[in-house]
Amino acid sequence: MSELSNEQLLDIDYYLRLTRTLEERLVALFRQAKVIGGLYRSLGQEGESVAAAYALDYKQGDVVQPLIRNIGAILVAGAKPADIIKQYMAKGDGPTRGRELNIHFGHPARDGFIGQISMLGDMIPVMAGIALAGRMQKRKLVTLAFIGDGGSSTGAFWEGMNFASVQKLPMVVIVENNGYAYSTPTSKQTAARTLADKSYAFGCAGVTIDGNDVLGVYDTTKRAIENARSGGGVTLIEVMTFRMKGHAEHDNQAYVPKELIAEWAEKDAVVRFENLLVERGVATREQLDAIQQRVKKEVDDATDEADRSPMPDPAHAGKGLFIEDGYWG
Amino acid sequence: MPETTYIDAITQAMSEEMARDERVFLIGEDVGAYGGAFKTSYGLLDKFGAERVIDTPISEIAIIGAASGAALMGMRPIAEMQFLDFITCGYDILVNFAAMNSYLFGRACPIVVRGPAGGGTHGGPYHSINPEAMFLNRPGLKIVAPGTAYDAKGLLKAAIRDDNPVLYIEHKYLYRRIKENLPDDDYIVPIGKANVRRRGKDLTIITWGAMLYVADDAADELAKDNVSTEIIDLRSIVPFDEDAILESVAKTNRVIILHEAPLTGGAGAEFAARIAEKAFDYLDAPIKRIAALDVPTPYSPPLEAAALPDKTRVLQAARELLAY
Repeated sequence: MSELSNEQLLDIDYYLRLTRTLEERLVALFRQAKVIGGLYRSLGQEGESVAAAYALDYKQGDVVQPLIRNIGAILVAGAKPADIIKQYMAKGDGPTRGRELNIHFGHPARDGFIGQISMLGDMIPVMAGIALAGRMQKRKLVTLAFIGDGGSSTGAFWEGMNFASVQKLPMVVIVENNGYAYSTPTSKQTAARTLADKSYAFGCAGVTIDGNDVLGVYDTTKRAIENARSGGGVTLIEVMTFRMKGHAEHDNQAYVPKELIAEWAEKDAVVRFENLLVERGVATREQLDAIQQRVKKEVDDATDEADRSPMPDPAHAGKGLFIEDGYWG
Repeated sequence: MPETTYIDAITQAMSEEMARDERVFLIGEDVGAYGGAFKTSYGLLDKFGAERVIDTPISEIAIIGAASGAALMGMRPIAEMQFLDFITCGYDILVNFAAMNSYLFGRACPIVVRGPAGGGTHGGPYHSINPEAMFLNRPGLKIVAPGTAYDAKGLLKAAIRDDNPVLYIEHKYLYRRIKENLPDDDYIVPIGKANVRRRGKDLTIITWGAMLYVADDAADELAKDNVSTEIIDLRSIVPFDEDAILESVAKTNRVIILHEAPLTGGAGAEFAARIAEKAFDYLDAPIKRIAALDVPTPYSPPLEAAALPDKTRVLQAARELLAY
């Protein structure tokens, strides 16, 4: 079962549970009107998000770039739950000090992750540039970018993939095919047979895999990362998964057939992964429950910390436009 | 020491900065073997190799985006737009990604985006843009527009050393038309400081880029009538030297803002507003703006000449102000 040790497998389970529990907490905070902006769930997609990010080597300087639903990926990279809650609550001592939303934060050189911006596709050239810098600095770092079925329609995606492939940059791109971009089904997003087929246009490697198979996603991503690290260039990995909630909490996803949701509920990645752990004797149900207890305590503590945090000082609204202002220290 | 042209000043600045700091590199279309569409990067590939002089696909988003990503990692990229008109193809990633790094995230993103701008060369509507105004209302990007070889070199060095994204607007009409003796030493021209190009007491012309020379010609003409014109070469559009503008207006009490971009919503509107707000009491006449017609820059020489500002229009405005 993969090259992962039992300890690592339980570590992955911890991140899966942490992702789901943290998001459930965010839903509660949203309903209490403590989340200021929208709330974007990754329910159903936690598996690929955690597994792919787990395949990076952050000590080497690897960098992951999440989309809005890849909360699991940045938790793996080391983001603190309290910071994520503060971001959602628009607090003044969160990573962006109330200037940006949700998981749009992080510094590639300092944190090992960098949040997306809302213009989908833009991060692909940025991640190519991070990989380019790594190569120029004679480092062996690899970048891992997430993009969606919708985002892979953008010009920025195409330019970034093309450039990265020409340069054979050490970059892996996970294209999450989760069925819908807001309300638009993938069939209205592209006439390509698969999203992985787009790799033919770039001349990079491309593959389509089951996104709800945690170990499969880990193995495929790991191989792509090591290939990139050794100079093999870009791989595009299409992961087939499903967005079990609407675009955001306000969206009841009435446009999604009920049967489809029911069908994918049966394929839940976390349940599948945990069943596997128990079947193969990696963990007992009691051990998994203990992980859940640990996660709940961490999320409780993070919530308390975020709740106690101050809102930003309005006097700071004009500060920090340029680095020399010294606002960020 | 031979005189240095405006374009050579740009090449020298890049070459010297690349030699001084290994984090500096150039990325753009045809910048390597060909040396750039205007030969701005001629010789850099031989000196610094293909790893630091990177030819790209025709992809302005990728050029600016990759430069930005590299900058976050501590590099100091120079991203060339083959013509600055094409910056609109990368506008989104420049204003939404590069320019917001400091304010939103406290991240330094030291990129320079540079390329040839401006009309007067019969480049037509897609090779003549003066793009400053479309960035002026998008905070986070510094903008400089040198009009002399000295400033071209000094401002580019300052831009490369700046910790923020800088849009460096070079005027292609000036590339080989102007030259001067440059100092041998390593100098910079600070971003945000105007230059009083000509001192005068009767009238101020605030301008930048190739319009400096239109202002010079007009001032020479006015001097024949014993009118003493002060010319403020703004050099930096963001941040701009408000003190230099206000000081000059306080002295001359009459002001023309001259720019090559179209009038409506042009950068001159902002400067005029600032003067009206802060120096109204000093004004003896209305603020005048001379700019291009509100049309795309047309191709045919008689049309282009009619669309762009010229000495005749500046003189007419000056005489109206003096007679007010």
